[in-house]
Amino acid sequence: MKHAQENVSLFQLIMSMVVLLYPATALAHVGSGASGGFLTGVAHPVSGLDHVLAMIAVGLWGAQLGKPALWVLPVVFPMMMAGGGMLGLMGIPLPGVEIGIAISAIVLGAMVFTEARLKIQLAMIIVAFFAIFHGHAHGTELPAGQSGLLYSIGFVAATGCLHGVGIAIGMIYRWSKGRLALRAAGAVVCVAGIFFLWGALA
Amino acid sequence: MSCMNIRNIILTAFMVFLWPATASAHLVSTGFGPFYDGITHLAMSPDDLLGVLAIGLLSGLLGAQHGRVTLFALPLTWLIGGVIGLQFEIEISLPVLSAISFLIVGMLVAADKKLPLAFIYGLAMVLGLLHGFLNGTAMAQAGGGFLALFGISVAVFVLVALLAALVVSLRAQWARITVRVAGSWITAIGLLMLGWTYRGMG
Repeated sequence: MKHAQENVSLFQLIMSMVVLLYPATALAHVGSGASGGFLTGVAHPVSGLDHVLAMIAVGLWGAQLGKPALWVLPVVFPMMMAGGGMLGLMGIPLPGVEIGIAISAIVLGAMVFTEARLKIQLAMIIVAFFAIFHGHAHGTELPAGQSGLLYSIGFVAATGCLHGVGIAIGMIYRWSKGRLALRAAGAVVCVAGIFFLWGALA
Repeated sequence: MSCMNIRNIILTAFMVFLWPATASAHLVSTGFGPFYDGITHLAMSPDDLLGVLAIGLLSGLLGAQHGRVTLFALPLTWLIGGVIGLQFEIEISLPVLSAISFLIVGMLVAADKKLPLAFIYGLAMVLGLLHGFLNGTAMAQAGGGFLALFGISVAVFVLVALLAALVVSLRAQWARITVRVAGSWITAIGLLMLGWTYRGMG
């Protein structure tokens, strides 16, 4: 009898789950239309390793520099990146975009590796300069038929979240072993940047 | 298996089979359909939603008094602009102005500078009239009418109330910085939108 009651409870649990998870509308195939624009925008920054590493490096460097760079750099980057994206959309060419992105990984990785304590203004200029290349390359690749606004929202939000990941990882800076780990991460980004530069020049 | 358990199974099964795919409770008879259409319109229009989000964050950062001004000025002017827009026979879309509004308000949020009460009052009025007017021309085509505009205005009121109250209540420095980062994202989206509009894909 007890076994039967357990079975009934399990049955009720499963059926309750079915009820709760029952979709009111089936929105399969979201790859088209407005929602597709948002998802494409979200997917774009995280699909390229060069972009991912540079974004995370910005967060790591900000965490090493502390306040106010901790939040100033992630504020500057999306705005300048969008500026670069706008240049690309307006058809204004930027020479050596892929090379610029690769060098951004090298420079930002080197900053993290060496724990470079630059003035906040100089750090902002470096981050802003490279953000233009990232925006020019990645901010303009909207598939036909999708919403530019939703793509932009997804793209900017995903980039910001990558900075957030970098800052969150950078929190280990408060421990001595964490500092070492961050410098090692900077070295990895730097080496990856050299690899990207090799690919861009080849 | 006891009668009680069988009854439980039958009741659960009934609950699953009678689960409504869509709840359309008596809207036809009450005539309140367009009102909810208006609320849904705001939720489904990122270009309107982002504008409300931006000014809600800004007024919250500026303090309770600024928040109260926006709370009443924005929905009211939205409604007035909408009524003016209803008189037009063609749907008007001005993505450049929407993008510029994101750009300006987003930058003000990111900067977090003190602004006079008259400024936020004027800004809320301009934004409300602009977005309301565009909504009005769209509603005239969709046949939503005044009730739909009223629904939009009520949704704007609720959204601004929630956002501004939340931001006003923030005391921790990191929380206010998070709001400023959100402002930089809105600016970046505005910049990209300008580019998309230039390219004709906004």
